[in-house]
Amino acid sequence: MAPPQPATVVPDGQESATSGAGTPGTARAKLPRRRRSWVGWRFVGPFLAVFALVFLAPIVYSIYLSFFRNRLVGGNSFVGLDNYQQVLADPQFWSGVGRVSLFLVVQVPVMLFLALLVALAVDSGRLYGRNFFRLAVFLPYAVPAVVATLMWGFMYGTRFGLVGNINEALGITLPDPLSPEWVLASIGNIVTWEFIGYNMLIFYSALQVIPRSLYESAEIDGASQLRVITSIKLPALRGALMIATIFSIIGSFQLFNEPSILQKLVPNAITTDFTPNLYAYSLSFSGQQYNSSATVAIVMGVITMIVAYVVQLRGMRKDG
Amino acid sequence: MTAPTGTRPARTGGTRPRVAPLRPTRRPHRAGRPKRSLLLTVLTGLVVVYSLVPLVWLLINATKTQAGLFSSFGLWFSDDFALWDNIRRTLTYDDGIFARWLSNTLFYVVAGAGGATLLAAVGGYGLAKFNFPGKRAVFAVVIGAVAVPGTALAVPTFLMFSQMGLTDTPWAVIIPSLISPFGLYLMWTFAAEAIPDELLEAARLDGAGEFRIFFRVCLPLLAPGLVTVLLFTSVATWNNYFLPLIMLKDPDWYPLTVGLNAWNAQALTVGGDVVFDLVITGSLLTIVPLIAAFLLLQRYWQSGLAAGGVKG
Repeated sequence: MAPPQPATVVPDGQESATSGAGTPGTARAKLPRRRRSWVGWRFVGPFLAVFALVFLAPIVYSIYLSFFRNRLVGGNSFVGLDNYQQVLADPQFWSGVGRVSLFLVVQVPVMLFLALLVALAVDSGRLYGRNFFRLAVFLPYAVPAVVATLMWGFMYGTRFGLVGNINEALGITLPDPLSPEWVLASIGNIVTWEFIGYNMLIFYSALQVIPRSLYESAEIDGASQLRVITSIKLPALRGALMIATIFSIIGSFQLFNEPSILQKLVPNAITTDFTPNLYAYSLSFSGQQYNSSATVAIVMGVITMIVAYVVQLRGMRKDG
Repeated sequence: MTAPTGTRPARTGGTRPRVAPLRPTRRPHRAGRPKRSLLLTVLTGLVVVYSLVPLVWLLINATKTQAGLFSSFGLWFSDDFALWDNIRRTLTYDDGIFARWLSNTLFYVVAGAGGATLLAAVGGYGLAKFNFPGKRAVFAVVIGAVAVPGTALAVPTFLMFSQMGLTDTPWAVIIPSLISPFGLYLMWTFAAEAIPDELLEAARLDGAGEFRIFFRVCLPLLAPGLVTVLLFTSVATWNNYFLPLIMLKDPDWYPLTVGLNAWNAQALTVGGDVVFDLVITGSLLTIVPLIAAFLLLQRYWQSGLAAGGVKG
């Protein structure tokens, strides 16, 4: 999971009018009547050229692959929608989808809720040493997923891990975090650990741009802290919450690094179809079934976009 | 921290001038910080403990010998302190392959994140300050692409790159790192705010060419945004795992992340050399530069996250 930067979080309405056609939150009417010229392309061109190579071309190529099949006899041939039919009827694919959906429904709310609580606490100014809090909670974001997973994997271990230590010290037997029943929850814990601070900062930044005058008015009106949170802070966080949710949806459906690394420790608990991405990966690199792999990637991309889009629509409806 | 506090007074003062006369009488009341709460500090402290425990575990266990790992309690030191010896062995194991991975990672970060930042700055400036045909389409395509799962692209990218003969070369890692749609977005909003149109008009009247204007006049104004984008793209490149994993076969080109995982896998293979102590010490060495960068450059990621609020 490598989330993009939350630059979009700050719709503070102060963008200069020139910020252009597409910038969300900017009224189009504010655009100054400026001569259109092609000069801008010279600046945007280099980005778009590389973008086409690493974003658009692979998408087009995988769509192409998904319509063909490579057979030992007969070579590469056009098969229409056969690959899609095959993937959509593949129980291994759906078991992965089910697993990441469960992950999404449980892990994402827990993580975002905790992040929200910390952001509100830091923003409230009622903490001793709040800069320390903000930094400490954000630090895990700087830790590579590989290192995070190795660390937690060792700590989960019963041999020299913390779980083993606790069992030994207290004479109890905790459930093994790496057993097939618990491993998804254990992965959820790793991902939560990695991204609480990141989401906390998204929320915190959104809280920081609330005009102080609102708090002053609330104070004059004698509003309670809780009232300030529900009437001022939470509504102001709506946009940030939406962004964080969509990033988390994308991240959950893409789940790969953590299970792939843990797989080395516990091959029995994490199968090759554990998540759709892991499945696509093993289809490609163990099975050489590139066409099926590309099809899985496309189907997952479409599912992700649909879910993200539906969530966005619902969020906007609540806005109005 | 510095970024938000710097902007706040200016904003309230600027937008509501009629309040100004009231200020002196109001200030003691308003500036009075909310009462600190020990209970809230302790509760939030639980999340901090959660965030820091694994890092503390890593630090403590990097000081243990392999035997010490198995025989001592995880969150306390064992009898012998082997940190320096572990570091030495991590750096020299297998003909110093770890140092090779470290320099590979640095190379990928400089080329990939550096290039990504430059492309994003130039492109973001173009979007912010020029009106050109097709601008809306550019916006739609870039934002749409953000929704496409990055890892879903990795396998097709691999297949494409292998057709082009790029796999198992550093290019396979660097080229995909060059694109950061959110870096572009950040530079776009940043450039729109930080560069006054009057400045551009003035420079044009002086007869300066567009690229000269950008590099001489605008780039310095974009510096805080550049550092922020560079910081985030660097972390993304430094932490990149999936892409190099599928693109590279030759361990000599591995970045740290893939290398560490290879060591771990080796320890779990029957007959493989068990090097858990090196995996742990190597993990520590991998995160130290990043954590240092984050602590030293706090001001920049803070301001980057508060994008709209920074005006330099």
